[in-house]
Order: sequence, then structure tokens, then C-alpha cells
Amino acid sequence: MRRVLILGAGTAGTMLANRLADQLDEGWTITIVDRDDDHHYQPGYLFIPFGTATAKRITKRRSRFLPSRVAFVRSGISRVRPDDNEVDLDDGQILGYDWLLIATGTVPRPDLTPGMGDGSLWYRKVFDFYTMAGAVALHDGLARFDGGRLLVHITEMPIKCPVAPLEFAFLADDHFRRRGIRHKVDITFVTPLDGAFTKPIAARELGNLLEDRSIRLATDFAVERVDNDHSRLVAYDGRELPFDLLVTVPLNTGQQYVFDSGIGDESGFVQVDPHTLRSTRYDNIFAFGDATDLPTSKAGAVAHFAVELFGDNFQAAIAGKPLPNAFDGHANCFIESGRGEALLLDFNYETEPLTGRYPLPVVGPMRLLGASRINHWGKLLFEQLYWQVLMRGRGLPVPTLMSMAGKHKED
Amino acid sequence: MPTNTLKGHTFEVNDEGFLTNRDQWSEELAAELAALVDVELDDAHWAPLRFMRQDSARTGVTPTLRRLQTVGGFDVKELYRLYPGKPVKMMAWLAGLPKPVGCV
Repeated sequence: MRRVLILGAGTAGTMLANRLADQLDEGWTITIVDRDDDHHYQPGYLFIPFGTATAKRITKRRSRFLPSRVAFVRSGISRVRPDDNEVDLDDGQILGYDWLLIATGTVPRPDLTPGMGDGSLWYRKVFDFYTMAGAVALHDGLARFDGGRLLVHITEMPIKCPVAPLEFAFLADDHFRRRGIRHKVDITFVTPLDGAFTKPIAARELGNLLEDRSIRLATDFAVERVDNDHSRLVAYDGRELPFDLLVTVPLNTGQQYVFDSGIGDESGFVQVDPHTLRSTRYDNIFAFGDATDLPTSKAGAVAHFAVELFGDNFQAAIAGKPLPNAFDGHANCFIESGRGEALLLDFNYETEPLTGRYPLPVVGPMRLLGASRINHWGKLLFEQLYWQVLMRGRGLPVPTLMSMAGKHKED
Repeated sequence: MPTNTLKGHTFEVNDEGFLTNRDQWSEELAAELAALVDVELDDAHWAPLRFMRQDSARTGVTPTLRRLQTVGGFDVKELYRLYPGKPVKMMAWLAGLPKPVGCV
């Protein structure tokens, strides 16, 4: 028997398990490892603070989405030993493999910014929303907040779902407006980059969105620490931003076992070929989604498109042949822009987000890089597609590689 | 893409003046660019620029301030002293690399 071992039963791992269960014959065993049985629809974290999603609704059992021939092992991972083709689990088991597929994502690390995770204000006035615990705590934090200074903050790139902090700022504007206290709230978007929008066309098209909603912008903000005594966010250049509520996206890294195994870069992301997702150091290891060092967004769409291309490549890899499919870094995402509208982005390694129309069957063309109501509905509908289509190992009727159809090309 | 010439160097830049082709960069050009903003590059200035060139050649992206700190071993406050204001953006410009960007 030949053995495929998948680490992580989230978005990428679950899609892989389903695809491989269809693709591989009886001569193969497929095993997948995750520390728990709770599969979170992670785009839903954004809505929990505002009460438009609940922990219960966006959590389903991982095992429900795994085919019966796939063995699900519930344990944390302590180390990969690539020279032995073995993985040590936290529960003491050792799993051997012929092929290892890594899909364990990224983790927020508030402990890596002084005064953030270890500060007295953590989960009192300082929150993240990239974890279930953080999103749920922030729901209560927002409910208690009845005016003052809100900072929406990105510690450093790369982060998972890079537009989610912007979406949070837009939805917070809506939220306070609905509560009738928007005039008592001062919202500032704080970024280490030189703008909220850093790609030229996006900056031109969307540059006014923050101003239109009276959201201030603090750019080039390299955070040094959180000052818990004075409720201030302190930058290396001496700037200090006072807050009554700080919603931060902590530094994102790969999982601890990736560091401990020496299979990733200094941030714990597995180094892969950007077109084949094969480890640059071990031929029998591939990595997917957020866990990789791919120079594109850490987003479910990237995992999805890469998994679509993996089947043929894996057959070729097994046969010792060159891998036929080249991933182009294709990503797309809906961005909630508030007021019942959303934006749609579609881009890849080479092409920045452009304006135009995204030709989707059934629901019709969607507007690219501009706000529309149908995009917002698309975002809401996507939750069902995620569970019913993607996590069942089926594809969506959209191109896997980025297409220029409908896009307005610019020089 | 506009083409710039500076003291005999010819290079393509984007709207913000960042080089769009890293192969058109040279240490001499960096020194000339620095002179435009009244910075004289000494060894302390060169160290992070050389790190950024090497690191980005491998990763394909401009390193972040944190990466300069954790991988390059540079002290962030020292980088602010060397390149006041917006050190990463300025160093990326001098090193002939794109400024750090998000996805949108």
C-alpha cells in the first residue's frame, strides 16, 4: 500500500482528501490529521462581532466532509521528519508517509508583539477576530463599546485574508450608524503599508471609500508595542495612537511544528515552487493554501484553485514525470464594503485587480473592483457553496487559471 | 512605463518612481538615487539594502520591516535612524525593488 498523509483538515486539506479519494485506487491509503473536529467557515469570523453570524452556524464537524475511505486522526502535530518520511503526533503516534501534503494554514501570534497577547487589555479592550475565541469576545467588546476611539490595525504582512481588516472597518461604520452612535466613534484604519489600497488601479477606484465613511487612515505604521497602561498603540517612529477599542490582526506565522521541523522559512511557511506547490527541498512534500510561502494572498480561493490543478500534477509526480500544470497565483474574493454592498476582486501573480465584469454563470456578471449589491449577495451565498460544493470536493463553474474575459485591461 | 535617466543610468520606473526591472539596478545607481534625497550611503546604509536585494531575489517579494528584523538581524530603531520616516519604502526604492504591497 502506498500512503498519502494530509496535515490539516481545513479548507485545503478537506478539498484534497475528497479529490484524492476519487482519484487514487485501492492500492493507496489516505490519512488526514487535525487537532480537533471543528471545521470553521473562516470567512464567517468577520461577521461574528456584528452578530450577523454565530459560532454555532459557522462550525461543522470536519469528519462530515471527509470521505469514508479517508482515515481521520485527531491529534496535534509535533514534528515532521522528512528524512524518515514520518510525522510525530502530539498523542505519541508516528505516521509514516510516501507523500506528505501540508495544509495546516497560518496562526495569529499576538504573543509576538509586546503588550498585545500578554497585555492586561487583551480581550478587554484589545481583540483579534481571526480566531473563533477572538471573534466571540469582540462581539461582547463591541456591544459594551458606546463611543470613543476604535483602531482597526494590521500588525505586519503577510496576513490571512488581507482585505478582512478593511471589511471590518466598513462593517464597524455600519454597525455604529445602526446603533445611532456613529458620531461618537472615531475610526482609524492603521496599516504598515503606505495606504489602505496599494495597487494602483485599486487605489484609484477605491481610494475614497475610507474618506466617504469618515474613516481615518494611519499609514506606514510599524507597531513596536501596545501600551496597556495608557491604551496606546506605539510605533517605532514614535507615533502613539490612543484607543478605547483596538481590533488588531496580529502577526501571522505558520504552525509551530513547521518551525520545529525545519521545513519552512523564518515565518513558519513551507517553501514551495510557486507554480507546482512542491516543496523546494523535498520532492515528496507539497503544501497548499495559507501554510505556504506563495507570493499571493493567503485566501481560500488560492487553496481551491491550486487544489484544482494538483490532481494531474500528483499523478505525474507518482509516475516520476514532470508536473504538467502551473498555478498562476489566481485569487478572488468578495470584500464587504458596508451599506449592503460588496466588491469583487480577481487577480493573480502577474495581474493586479482590474475593473470590469466577472462572467459568472447563473448569477450573472458581477462587477469587479466596484461596490454592488449582487456582490454582497454573492458573498452571503458563498457560505453555502463552501460547504455543499467545495468541501465535498467538487469544483465551481469558474476558471481555475485567471481569465482576462470581462476585465478592462490598462497599460 | 516611463523611462528615467540619471547620470548615465537608464531604467524603467512606475508612477511612483520605483524601478520596475530589478536587473536595471546597480549599486552606483542606488548611490545616485540616494543623493537625490540627500542621503549619503555608508556601510550601515548599505547592509539592509544588500540584504533586501539578496532576500527578494530568493523570495520574489520585498522583505517587510519585520523580516529585516528577524531574518536580517537589523535593529528597527536603527533603520529608522538611517532612513527616517518610511524606512522600508525608502529602502525598497533605493534597492530597485517594488514597495511592499497588499493584494488590493
